[in-house]
Amino acid sequence: MTLLAVEGLTKRFGGVLAAKSVSFALEEGEMLAIIGPNGAGKSTTFNMVGGQLRPDGGSVTLAGKDVTGLPSRALCRIGVGRTFQVAQTFLSFSVLGNVQMALLAHHGQTRQLLPDAAAMHRDAALALLGRVGMAAQAGRPIGELAYGDVKRVELAIALAAAPRLLLMDEPTAGMAPFERAALMALVAGIARSERIGVLFTEHDMDAVFAHADRILVLVRGEIIARGSPEQVRADPEVQRVYLGHSGTRAAGRARRTTHG
Amino acid sequence: MEWSFLLVQALSGLASASSLFVIASGLTIVFGVTRIVNFAHGSFYMLGAYVAVTLVPWLLEFERSPTLFFVGVLASAIAVGVLGVVMEVTLLRRIYRVPELFQLLATFGVVLIVQDLVLLIWGPVEIAGPRAPGLRHGVYILDQRFPAYELFLIFVGPAVLALLWLLMHRTRFGVLIRAATQDREMVGALGVNQAMLFTGTLFLGAALAGLGGALQIPRVSASSQMDLSIITEAFVVTVIGGMGSVPGAFIAALLIGLLQAFGVLIFPKITLVLVFLLMAAVLVVKPWGLLGRPDAAAGRAVLPEGILDPGRLDRAGKVLLALGLITVLALPLVDAYAVKVGTEVLILALAAVSLNFLVGNGGIVSFGHAAYFGLGAYGAGLLVVKAGMPMEPALIAAPIAGGAAAALFGFFVVRLSGIYLAMLTLAFAQIAYAVVFQWVEVTGGDNGLVGVWPSRWAASREVYHYLTAVVTLAAIVFLRRVIHAPFGATLRAARDSAQRADAIGVDVRMHRWLGFTLAGAAAGLAGGLYAFSKGSIDPTLLGIPMSVDFLSMILLGGIQSVLGPVAGAAAFHALKDFFLPLTDHWRLFLGLSIIGMVLVFPRGLAGAFASLRRRPA
Amino acid sequence: MADTVLDVMGLRAGYGPAEVLFGVDLTLARGEVAALMGRNGAGKSTTLKAIMGLLTPRAGSVRFAGQDIAGVASYRIARLGLGYVPEDRRVFTDLTVMENLAVGRRAASPGHPAWTPERLFEVFPNLAEMRNRRAGAMSGGEQQMLTIARTLMGNPEAVLLDEPSEGLAPVIVEQMAEAVLRMKDEGIAVLVSEQNLDFAATVADRAVILEKGRVRWEGPIATLEADEDIRRAYLTV
Repeated sequence: MTLLAVEGLTKRFGGVLAAKSVSFALEEGEMLAIIGPNGAGKSTTFNMVGGQLRPDGGSVTLAGKDVTGLPSRALCRIGVGRTFQVAQTFLSFSVLGNVQMALLAHHGQTRQLLPDAAAMHRDAALALLGRVGMAAQAGRPIGELAYGDVKRVELAIALAAAPRLLLMDEPTAGMAPFERAALMALVAGIARSERIGVLFTEHDMDAVFAHADRILVLVRGEIIARGSPEQVRADPEVQRVYLGHSGTRAAGRARRTTHG
Repeated sequence: MEWSFLLVQALSGLASASSLFVIASGLTIVFGVTRIVNFAHGSFYMLGAYVAVTLVPWLLEFERSPTLFFVGVLASAIAVGVLGVVMEVTLLRRIYRVPELFQLLATFGVVLIVQDLVLLIWGPVEIAGPRAPGLRHGVYILDQRFPAYELFLIFVGPAVLALLWLLMHRTRFGVLIRAATQDREMVGALGVNQAMLFTGTLFLGAALAGLGGALQIPRVSASSQMDLSIITEAFVVTVIGGMGSVPGAFIAALLIGLLQAFGVLIFPKITLVLVFLLMAAVLVVKPWGLLGRPDAAAGRAVLPEGILDPGRLDRAGKVLLALGLITVLALPLVDAYAVKVGTEVLILALAAVSLNFLVGNGGIVSFGHAAYFGLGAYGAGLLVVKAGMPMEPALIAAPIAGGAAAALFGFFVVRLSGIYLAMLTLAFAQIAYAVVFQWVEVTGGDNGLVGVWPSRWAASREVYHYLTAVVTLAAIVFLRRVIHAPFGATLRAARDSAQRADAIGVDVRMHRWLGFTLAGAAAGLAGGLYAFSKGSIDPTLLGIPMSVDFLSMILLGGIQSVLGPVAGAAAFHALKDFFLPLTDHWRLFLGLSIIGMVLVFPRGLAGAFASLRRRPA
Repeated sequence: MADTVLDVMGLRAGYGPAEVLFGVDLTLARGEVAALMGRNGAGKSTTLKAIMGLLTPRAGSVRFAGQDIAGVASYRIARLGLGYVPEDRRVFTDLTVMENLAVGRRAASPGHPAWTPERLFEVFPNLAEMRNRRAGAMSGGEQQMLTIARTLMGNPEAVLLDEPSEGLAPVIVEQMAEAVLRMKDEGIAVLVSEQNLDFAATVADRAVILEKGRVRWEGPIATLEADEDIRRAYLTV
């Protein structure tokens, strides 16, 4: 069943058309990457789907329900989880506290004035940390973790709301190559086993071509190519305006290492 | 109403707008480069006026020429600019990296110091300045007489705007200032000496304030109250125009000048309220002001220093807490004076904890918390004095009054963040102050109201002390509980990352609004208790100095601890009570103490205590 | 050593209580391009910031052009002829391209041809077409070009270049590589922090690999490309 359907999304900033009638669909358990040069409208499109920006035209449908223009806190409640380009966590909380906070929000308990927050949802939070391989670090302040680990905790926070759709804005930005591959493998594993759809933007060609099921290429606010990684990599127009020589090479290498 | 009258009214509005712009442009330029909101900008304005009323008459002794008048005005501006340099080199340089709350407090310390110095040098009597030679006559416009000097002032604003534009776009200094407004560190890495740039900026900013003050001398007498009234207006102009934007300040000054000129015809008493309504309206539509931009640094994910970190009480903390409790209970055994001070400390401690609930826990730096304290006091006091109600229902009304005001103002406040939020809370506190001050029939105006006494059973100092102890301690324990509960954690989460909080499904604005209201209600309760402990209420309970007292308490106690503000309130109040009767220059003393506190203990008493204990033996 | 322009010994630095560098030693020869490599959090950016004086070193010496610059204010270091290009672009978005260049302008040392906007526009033709555009209205790649051009306006002898390829489209990365090679042709020494081995191999002669705040490997970039063991040990590509 189609999880996410985006129809004709359009956004103007001043006189500039940042997104021009962008349409695509995403199935359950599918990983869809949006790539393109800087300023091509990836973030704009992404933020319109994620509720940070209100589109000027078009619609966003989640599992058959129109969610166009809903703020991200409302999207969260109907099953959309999100990670950010620069990981956003609660810096004064412990690793466990971060996930507990997400669970408090998920259960609608944020206005309770009397119970002790630190004692709530401990086991569920530990289980989520276990899924991303971070249970051993539960007691540490999140500010002490290496950045790659912070990104894993951010994933656990996003999973706390039991999402059907994950939006990941440049999930591997700022990470070491080794951490990148491991994080993307983790995401892909969770997405496939739990039938979560993942929409992500990315500049790291290794991450995109190794793990995406399908790829959209966005240039100047328009989709210029879409299809399987092989189709996109072979597209001469994509090579000319985006991949260049090194990107094409990296894409080929990534496909070979992951899929033989 | 005749057209000629309206025209003259408009012209006088333009003249005020022009003066206001000259002052506000300096404030906005200094903020842009240094990211410090300089409370002492109003003091520079006042000093400009005082230097000019001293210098210009002396110059005019030689020859009563327009040239010498303006030479005197410009010399005054330059002299004030030099004072700005002194402030930058001695103070600001040391606080560029401390949190903005401390910067505001430190520059407010300068305000207090300058107030006392002005009284020392020029005395308490207002000093009228000379009229400007050559501009003393009136001009007839459609049969209405309009002072030539006012007409001249109308042209000063645009002239200053044009000169500033040329400076900013056609000189290297100006281009560097604009670059530094965005990224100071990068400017330094490109080989520009930032220290010189900042000093130059402070000279420019202070000189503009001084110019504004010096130009006023033919219109108003120099007085020692000029500083706080003008700084509020200048804050409003920069917030409406967008902080750091000179053209924005110009537009905002025009709007305010005209609004005041015509507002006075419609609502003679509440022009100030109109101005603040304009500000609230602008900020709801454009949260960063007309031409402002969201602060680039706002999105950086750094852990702010000294934020609240709710740990459990360890053994030493428990011992201290027990000692404090015993002291509170044993005070009536000492003497009547100790009981009075003890009662006041308890009340102030509740106010300080409620403020820290916002500042430390919520990251909501309120610079006008006294408004809710004062409105709680008035809520209770008016019920007793005007409605003849007894103490008990009045004490219930106090938190309702404080909470209702906080809910109303908070609706606007929580839309903003950082320094904008601080300035908006300050502005709302000034509205509340103005209403209480001007609505003489109900509030008794400046004199306030007397006869706010407790019920008969609680009339003795000792019984009232125990009553206060029970109520304040219960409220403090409750607030501490809330900080550890999901609601408190949610406010902390929103403080750490509003974006992340939103993405996990938290309605950040709603939670901040509820938190603001709860803190306002707690402050209102403290205000109600305070009214009955004094037997009277007056507008100083809502004033800026009272808000600054509360902030000093939480700063002294340390905003990163839940109960530190209690210690801060005790220490601050005891010090003030001890030193106030000993000196005529308590403002000087208080100002220096606040600056000392910011420089020496940026983490407060609790922080100093914690780092002493953490040090290996 | 006459041909060493930058000499770092035992450099320690960190943020607040956190230590990041535990004694970094490295040198940069005149006119050389060296790649500072290593995993995220290894201390690459911190090393560049500490050299530049944006972060006060806690111990160690940094000699540039014969002077000890450890602990010296960054503007003084820049005036000695060391340029710095930050990782997250940081152009002055409210200023035009020409004004951005003006902020970076410093007189050239005698005997060297000075960089002018016109000469820079030959290297970065994109910028020439938008000299009066606000930097905030430029694309990410154009902004990255501008930060390099802005630093070159200071006529530096050596440049610290922090993660120039991060977050850029592959075609733009190729243009960045050309710009670095052009700097090398002009005789400017470049220390470039980089995670992308392809990029580093294109521009650099030598690699210095950091791990946990210390230099773990140093040698010709060709050796690094050929030796999978070293890559797996320190870079794990």
